[in-house]
Order: sequence, then C-alpha cells, then structure tokens
Amino acid sequence: MATLTAPTARRPRTAAARPLRPSRERWSRSGTLLLLLCSVTVLLPLYVTVSMAFKTTGQAVDGNAFSLPAPFDVQGFVQAWQLTEFPVGLAVSVLVTAGTVAATILLAAVASFAIMRNWERRLFRWSFFYLLGAMFIPFPVVALPQIQLTGRLGLDNPVGVIVLATMFQLSFSVLLFTAFLRSIPLELEESARIDGATTWQTFWRLIFPLLAPMSATVGIFAFLYAWNDFMMPSLIISDPDLQTLPVRQQLFQTQFSNNYNVSFASYLMAMAPAIVAYLFTQRWVMEGVTQGAVKG
Amino acid sequence: MSLLTTTAVPAPAAARPAPRGTRRTEPIYYLFLLPSLVLFTLAIPVPAIVGIFFSFTNSVGIGDWDFVGLTNYAVAFTDPAILRSYLFTFGFSLVTVVLVNVVAFLLAVGLTSRIRLKVGLRAVFVIPMVVSGIIIAYVFNFLFSNSLPAAGQAVGIPFLETSLLANPDLAWLAIVVVTAWQAVPGTLLIYIAGLLAIPGDVYEAAEIDGATRSQRLARITLPLMAGYVVINVILGFKNFLNAYDIIVGLTNGGPGTATRSIAMTIITGFNGGDYAYQMANATIFFVVTVLIAFLQLSVTRGRNSL
Repeated sequence: MATLTAPTARRPRTAAARPLRPSRERWSRSGTLLLLLCSVTVLLPLYVTVSMAFKTTGQAVDGNAFSLPAPFDVQGFVQAWQLTEFPVGLAVSVLVTAGTVAATILLAAVASFAIMRNWERRLFRWSFFYLLGAMFIPFPVVALPQIQLTGRLGLDNPVGVIVLATMFQLSFSVLLFTAFLRSIPLELEESARIDGATTWQTFWRLIFPLLAPMSATVGIFAFLYAWNDFMMPSLIISDPDLQTLPVRQQLFQTQFSNNYNVSFASYLMAMAPAIVAYLFTQRWVMEGVTQGAVKG
Repeated sequence: MSLLTTTAVPAPAAARPAPRGTRRTEPIYYLFLLPSLVLFTLAIPVPAIVGIFFSFTNSVGIGDWDFVGLTNYAVAFTDPAILRSYLFTFGFSLVTVVLVNVVAFLLAVGLTSRIRLKVGLRAVFVIPMVVSGIIIAYVFNFLFSNSLPAAGQAVGIPFLETSLLANPDLAWLAIVVVTAWQAVPGTLLIYIAGLLAIPGDVYEAAEIDGATRSQRLARITLPLMAGYVVINVILGFKNFLNAYDIIVGLTNGGPGTATRSIAMTIITGFNGGDYAYQMANATIFFVVTVLIAFLQLSVTRGRNSL
C-alpha cells in the first residue's frame, strides 16, 4: 500500500533497450503531437470560459466564442459577484466542503481503526460490510425520503448536506482507510502501549499521523464531491439564499441568459477553486482513483 | 468522483489474532465506531426503508395516505414516461461507456508510451474530473447552442446548422459527449495504472520474436488489461445510470422529455404529487442497481488478478 506505484512513476523499461531504434523516436514525436491535439478538447471549453468571462457584454453576444477579449473587461465579474451574491454562495460552499472533508476524514478514520483492531468481534466485522453496502445505494434511490426527513428534522440546510454528503463518502473512505491500516505493523502500536499510552493516545499520536497520505486522498475526494455536486444541495437546501455556488448558476438559465460575459465570469469563479486545488494535489488525486478501483 | 463510491467489497484480510490472549473490547472502540454507525443508519438505510414503505401507499408526500399494495409498481411497469426514461438512460449509458473506454484506453496507451511532456499532458487530461458537472454542462450548452450551429453554417453541414440540444433525436448525443468528457479521466487513470503494471520484458520478448506494434497491442496489452476493462465498464455504467447534473445543465430533460434520465424522473415525484409512485420507481431502480452490483462482485471476484 505504502509502496503503491504512483501513476506518474516512469516505467523503467523505456530507458533500456530503446536507443537502437531511431524509428521509435519519430513515432514518439508524432505521438506527443497527437496527444497535444487531443488535449485541445479538454482545454477548449476551459479557454472559452475564461475568455468569455473577460469580454464586454457587447463582444460576448457577437457569436464568436473563441475570440480573445478585446477590450479586456472585468464588468462580468462585478455583475456576477452581485447577481449570485457570490460572497454568500462562497461562504456556504466553503462551509459545506470543509464540513464534509473534516467529518469524512474524522469519522472514517476512527471507525476504520475500531473495525480493524476488533476484526475478530462480530459487531465490528459486520459493521464493515454494513457501511460498505451503501456503495450500492446511489443518491437518487433515497433522494425523495431524504428530502422529506431532512425537512422534518430542520436539516433542509447546508448542515443537512454536510451530514448526507459525509455519509455517502463514508463507504469509499472506510475502504481506503482499512486497506491502509492493514499495512501498519501492530508492533508499532504495542510498543506505544508498553510505554503506557492509552488507545486514545495511540490513535491520535501514532496512527492518525501515519494515516496522513490516505487522509489526503480521502479528503480530496470529499472536497471534489462536496464542492462540485449539484443534485444533493439543490434538492436538500430549501432556502435559495443558502445555496452552494454550483446551484446558484441556475440563475443564468432563467434570467440574464444573454449576458454571457456575466454568466461565464460566474462559472469561472465557481470552478476555479477546484481546479487550483487539483493543481496542488495532483499526485493524491491520481493515486486515489487508482487505489479506489484496485482495492475495490 | 462518484466513480469511486461504487467499487466492490474487498476480500477482508485474514482476521488478525487478538493481541495477547483473550481481551475485552475497550469501550473506546465503541466510541470510535458508533457515531459513524448511527449517523449512517439514519442517513441512508432509514430513508431507504421509509421510501420502500411509502412505495406501497398512495402518499403525496404530506397528509393522509392508504396502503395500495402493488398498484404503484403495476402502473410503473406500463408507464410510458418511466419506460422511456429507462430506455434513454440505459441506451445513453451503453453508448457512453463504450466511448469513454475506447478513448481512455487509447489515451492511456499514448500517455504511457515514449512521449514528451508526459507529466504535463497527464495533468491536463485529468482536469475534467475536478470540474463541476453542472457548470461544465452550462459551458457546453453555450457551445452547442451557439458555436456549433455557427460552425455548421460556415462549413455547410445541414444537421449541425441548428442546435443539437433542440433536436429530440440528437440531443442525447450532446449528453454523451459531455458525460464522456468528464468521465474519461477516472477511467484513464485506472488504465494507466494497469498498463504500468505490465512488466516490460513481456514486450521485449515479443519484440525479439518479431511482433509488430499492433500485434503487441492486440496479443499482449489487451488480454493483460482485460480485468481493468471489466472494472471500468461496470463502474462507468453504474455511474452513468445515475446521470443527473450534466443533463440538467444541457437539456433539462428536453426537448419535451426526450432526454429525461431515471434520476430526473424519480425527482419529479418531489414536486409532482407522485411521491409514493416515484418511490416505487426508485425501488425498482434500486433493485436494478443491486443486480448490477452482484454482477460486478461475481465478475471481479472471479478475477482476483487485479
């Protein structure tokens, strides 16, 4: 687990046996070119978002999505900021995301630790499979009763979304944490206990810090889910003033639908944090996907 | 992301021996486990049971209700709106899963071969995974309704001259494209991991025996990657069956109800007074999901080569 190959790791074999074949060099150049060309399909929608956001309203409606902004204009951002009440939306999104990330890491880590250290007890062993069973219950299946129950319990707000989002992340996170805990030698814990540490201390001082790489992976997936999700907040949060950023973008489908510079500025402000976070945490995002599938 | 929440149950590690003889479970372990167990039970299994219960009633979400037995199910199985949403969702999922896997596999082969800018390219291809589905759907919505028709007119391709999204027969294509755009990275990363796990000497031996590049791809890479293909196809298919955000952003189920997914149909029960009826639909959908999950389990257990 700890030695899991990072997807970015080079394949050692490419270095050997190759210099003999100059033809391969040519192929690799065309391969690079081809992949660069393919990457345009990824970058084009993002480029359009950025360039539209900086256009004037006049230029944005002229029909050419691919032109550069001329002149460069930030009015779109100013209006988007006011129309979507961006500061409120941002605060809600940050609250929901931070809450989901913290709750997911915390609950999944302690639960996984309890399960793995008491595997021989039926309650703990069965809890593992019980929690994992939720992987087979997608949100749409339980959405209607959840909307009702959260409404009745006064949880039809961002707090309710934090609770539900955390619970939907739990299966996957417990799966990753338990797999990782298996790789930590028990001797380490026993020596801490001989030194007089309680279970509580052993976990927080020794195990939880060791779990850090897995916590990073679990946290990033909770972050991406909570930050980007539309379906759950749009259905659970009943007060439009408390909506998250992705849900607020609906505004531009009903009203202001021709102020493209405003809507794209708004889209950009809602997307950017996730992209920036990804750029800083690429390694964990990539490893997480692989582990999620391979451990599965 | 939700790609990950659908993986199968792992074979648990061999039970660890209880350290040092028989011991009682320390109370602290219950404190660690119970919050998750209680919250989880309240958040997912309880609503699921409540929903299944109400699927046998005529509840509209509030007020009085009566038991109506299997009426909701009987009606649901012949309801053209529900049947159409299943047909659309399964068709769309099948096409998307094929497209995503073909594209991701080819990209993975490219990204693990001898190319320049490997790290940078890989980083770029993963970006769609971290972008909000609804927002990128809004961006594509603009491109499909404005830029693509403009390009179609300029080049003179008749069927592109009007917006794809306004055409009941073609709108699903736009949904396939955007869903695939977002789903390729997760699939791609799994394929890259698989390709990196194939030992290099296998290829060298084949090369010495005179195998061409395409022979090596067909006779070595593909068979060795079969397990990963199965995983990706099942995970992808299960995800696409839940399609919601991207469709809302592109067509909102339209034109008419041509692109309304199962999830969107279920949600109409929230506002449409069809609460109990759509819960029956959700229960049917749940059974379908479980059947696919069992298929996944049996297939992945069968090949623990992964």
